[in-house]
Amino acid sequence: MKLPASDVFAAQAMQYIPRLRRYARALTGDPSAADDLVQDALERALVKQDLLREGTDLRAWLFTVMHNVFVNQVRSAAVSRTVQLDDAMADRPQPQSTDRLEIRDLDAALQALPEEQRAVVLLVGLEQMTYEEAARVLEVPIGTVMSRLSRGRERLRRLMQGLPETAVLKVVK
Amino acid sequence: MSVHPVTEAELQAYVDGRLPAERATEVAQHLAQHGDDAQRVAAYRRQNDALQAAYAPLLAAAVPARLQPGQQRRWLLPLQPLLQHYAVAAALMAVSGFAGWQLHAYVAGERTQTVYLARIAAVAHAVYSPEVRHPVEVGADQEEHLVRWLSKRLGTGLKIPHLAEQGYSLVGGRLLPGERGPAAQFMYQDSKGQRLTLYVRVSKEAREQTAFRFAQENNVGVFYWLDGRLGYALSGETDRAELLRVADAVYRQLNP
Repeated sequence: MKLPASDVFAAQAMQYIPRLRRYARALTGDPSAADDLVQDALERALVKQDLLREGTDLRAWLFTVMHNVFVNQVRSAAVSRTVQLDDAMADRPQPQSTDRLEIRDLDAALQALPEEQRAVVLLVGLEQMTYEEAARVLEVPIGTVMSRLSRGRERLRRLMQGLPETAVLKVVK
Repeated sequence: MSVHPVTEAELQAYVDGRLPAERATEVAQHLAQHGDDAQRVAAYRRQNDALQAAYAPLLAAAVPARLQPGQQRRWLLPLQPLLQHYAVAAALMAVSGFAGWQLHAYVAGERTQTVYLARIAAVAHAVYSPEVRHPVEVGADQEEHLVRWLSKRLGTGLKIPHLAEQGYSLVGGRLLPGERGPAAQFMYQDSKGQRLTLYVRVSKEAREQTAFRFAQENNVGVFYWLDGRLGYALSGETDRAELLRVADAVYRQLNP
C-alpha cells in the first residue's frame, strides 16, 4: 500500500456511505436531514481519522462517529422535536396496504420511539449488527442494548398495530 | 418445557437468529406453548423484514455529490498529486494553491471528471489489489454471473476483456461506489501474481471518445479513457509501457 493514509481512508469510508445514508434516513425520518447528518459525520470522521487505530472495524467506527453527531443534534433540538413528533403521531393514518403508506407509517412509528431505542432497533434490525457491535457503536453495555431492543421493538409493534402503548412487558420466566 | 427459563434477551436473539442451534430449539418449544411470546417474535421478525424492505432503495441509490470525496473541500485536498500531471493545474496551483484547484475545475470541468476517474480507479486498485483472501466479490469461475450482475447494476451491457494473450488471467470483479452511482472493478493477474485492475463506470450523458491519458499516483500507474457513456481506467503497479500494452489490448477488445 503506497498511497497516503488519508486517501485509503477516504476510499474505504466511501464504501460505507450508502449504509450510513440508509441508517441516517431511518433514524431521522427525513431524507435531507439524513444527508446532512451523513455529511457532518463524514467531515468529523475525516478530522478524527488519525484516532482510528489499525485493526478497528471501520464500519462500526463510522457509525459511532455518526451516532455521536446525531445525539448532539437531537440534544440541541430536543424540545421542538418532541412537540412535532406528538403532532405527527396524532395525525398518523391507520395502517393501509399500499407500500408507500406502509413506509410512511413505519417512518412515523420509528420517529415515535425514543431516540435511544430507535437507534438500537435500527442497528440490529436494519443494519444487522451483532449486539456487541451495536453496544460498541452506541458506547453502552450490552445489557443496555438488549433492554432497549426489547422495549423498542415492543413499542414499535404496538404503534404499528394500533395497540395501547402503555402495556408493560411481562418478564418471561 | 425447557430446563432453563427463556429470558427476554434470548427471545430477542431468537428473532435475530443469533442463538446457538440447541438453545434455539428450546426457545421454539417454549414459543409453541406461549402464544403471546410467539406472536411477539413473529411481529418483531416482520419488523426486521419491513425495515429491510423500506430502506433498501437507499443502498442502491446514487450518492449525492456533496457526500462524495472530491466534492467536499476536505476530501479534495488529496487530489493534488494527481493534478500535477496537468501543466495547467500545476501552474495554477503553484501560483495560488488551493484556489488554483477551484479555478482549474471551473476552466476544465470536463477534464476534472476524467481526472477523478483516474484518481478513484488508482485508489480502488491500491485498496483491493493487495487483498489475499478477498480480492474480488465474484471470482472468474463465475464469469457469466459476474458480467450479468455488474451489467445489471451499472445499467449497461459490460464486456470483460480477456487478456491471456498479454499474460493476464481474470481473477474476478466487484461492485464499487463510483462518483455518480455504481462502478465495476475487474481484476487480473499474471503468472507472478502481479495484478492489474480495470475500473469501469457509466455516466448518464454520452461523452465523446477520448485518447488514452496517463496518470501516476505514487506507485500506481493509470491509463484511462472515455468511450461514449463508459469511462475506463486500467491501473497497475507496473511500468508505463507494459500498462499501455495491456490498455491497448483492452481497448481493441472493447471496440472490435
